[in-house]
Amino acid sequence: MKRNVLWLLSTITVVVLLFGYHTSTSGALSAGSGTVVGSPTQPGRASAASGQGGSGSGGGGGDGGNQADGSGSGSGSGGSTATTSTAVTGGVAQTQWGPVQVQLTTKGSTITDVAMLQYPSGNPQDDQINSYALPILIQETLDAQSAQIDMVSGATVTSVGYVQSLQSALDQAGL
Amino acid sequence: MSEQLQRYVEHVMGMPISLALRGRHAADLDGRDAWAEALAALRDVDRVFSSYRQDSVVSRLGRGEIDLADCPTEVIEVLDLGARAERESGGAFRVRLPARDGRTRLDPSGVVKGWAVERAARPLRALEATDFCLSAGGDMVCRTIDPGAAPWRIGIEDPHDPTRVLAVVPVHNGAVATSGTAHRGSHLLDGRTGRPPEGVASVTVVAESLTWADIDATAAYALGPDAARWLRTRPGRRGLVVGTDGSTTLVTDDLVSDPWDASGSASPAGPTPAGAATSTRAASRSASSWATPPSG
Repeated sequence: MKRNVLWLLSTITVVVLLFGYHTSTSGALSAGSGTVVGSPTQPGRASAASGQGGSGSGGGGGDGGNQADGSGSGSGSGGSTATTSTAVTGGVAQTQWGPVQVQLTTKGSTITDVAMLQYPSGNPQDDQINSYALPILIQETLDAQSAQIDMVSGATVTSVGYVQSLQSALDQAGL
Repeated sequence: MSEQLQRYVEHVMGMPISLALRGRHAADLDGRDAWAEALAALRDVDRVFSSYRQDSVVSRLGRGEIDLADCPTEVIEVLDLGARAERESGGAFRVRLPARDGRTRLDPSGVVKGWAVERAARPLRALEATDFCLSAGGDMVCRTIDPGAAPWRIGIEDPHDPTRVLAVVPVHNGAVATSGTAHRGSHLLDGRTGRPPEGVASVTVVAESLTWADIDATAAYALGPDAARWLRTRPGRRGLVVGTDGSTTLVTDDLVSDPWDASGSASPAGPTPAGAATSTRAASRSASSWATPPSG
C-alpha cells in the first residue's frame, strides 16, 4: 500500500531529515536523511469538494468526546477488486469552526482522492480557512501517508478535526 | 507501528487538543478517564490564565485589580518561568508587551501553553502499559514506555508550504514545539523592539519537557536571525530553524562535533542557491551515521 501511495506522489520532493530524540541523556542523533516525501500532481484537487457548508449534520459539538465516530458508510461502484474505485465517507469531526467530514476515494489500497464533504462556514474567518487550510490539509494527509506521521508540529489549527475525520475514513477503508 | 492508535480530539483554550494512545488502556475506560482529566486540567488553566477572558485571574492581575499575593501559586510559577525566559533570551521573550494604548499588557500565554500541556499529561503518564502523544495546536508531549517500541513520528510542517513536511522527528519520550506565524499572521513580537522578528519563518524545538520546548521555540523565534545561534546555547535542546529565505538550520545539543557549526553561525540567514527548495545542515556526534541529503 505504501508503494502505491508513493506512486501517487510523484512530482515534488523534499528532504526529510531524521533527527532523533532518544532520551535526555543520550545526546546522540539517530541516523539518516533523504527519505522523500512528495506532493500530489494535482494540488488544487481539494477545492473540487464544494462543501455543503457546515450544514449541521455533525450534531452538537460541546465537550463530550467528539472524536470522529467513524460512522461513515462505504459507497461506490460496487465490487472490491483492486481496479474499482470506491468512495468511503468518514465520520463527522467537530472543530471550533464547525463540522468537518472527509470522503476518500480509493482504488485497491491506494488513495486516489480526498474530498471535503463538510467544512465550516458562516463567519468571515471561514473564507480563509476554507480556501487555504483545507486543501493544504488534504495534501498534508497524502504526504503523511507516505511518511507515516503520527502528529504534525506546526500551526495548522484545523488539522486535528480534519485528521479525525480522515482517520475515520481511513478506518472505514481499512487502510 | 502496526499497533492500532486510538485518537481523541477536543477544543480547549481556543485550540485543538489531540491525543493518540496506544497500548493497554488506549480504548478503555481508564484511557478515556485520563483523557477527561487532561482536558479538565487544561480548562482549569484556561480559567486562570486566559488573556481573552476578562474574568481570568491573569486579566484581573493585568488590570491591577488583584495583587500577585491574591493569585494561585500556579500564576507565580508561570510568571517566574516567564521572568527566567526573559532573562535567558536577553529580553526577546517577554510576558509583558506594549499594548496599543501605550501601556504594557500582561500576556503570559507564551509560557502557559507548554506548561499547561505538560501538566495535563500527568494523568496520561499514570496509565500503565500505555503510550501517548498529546498535542495542543501542534505542540506535543510524547511518552513511550518500551524503549524498543516504535517512536512517535512527528512531522515538522514547512512554514512556507504547509502541504509539506520538512522533517520527521522520531520521539520516544520528550516534547516538540513549533513557533511560527504560518497560519495566524504576525502575532509573535521581539520583546526588545516590540516588532515582529525578521529572517525566521519557524522554529521547532525538541526538548525533555514541553514547558521549555515551547518557551525556547517562542524565544528563539523572537530572536529572529539569532534563533539558531541562541538555541545552540541551550542545554538539552535540539531543533530546526527555518528562515524566511527557505534555509533550514538543524540545531543539535552537540557543539563540538557539529561540522556545520561555524558556517551556520556565520550566516544563519544566508541566501540559498537559486532554485533550491531548501538547504540543509545537519550534524551528528557520529558523522558517518548521516546520509547526505540529495542535492537540489
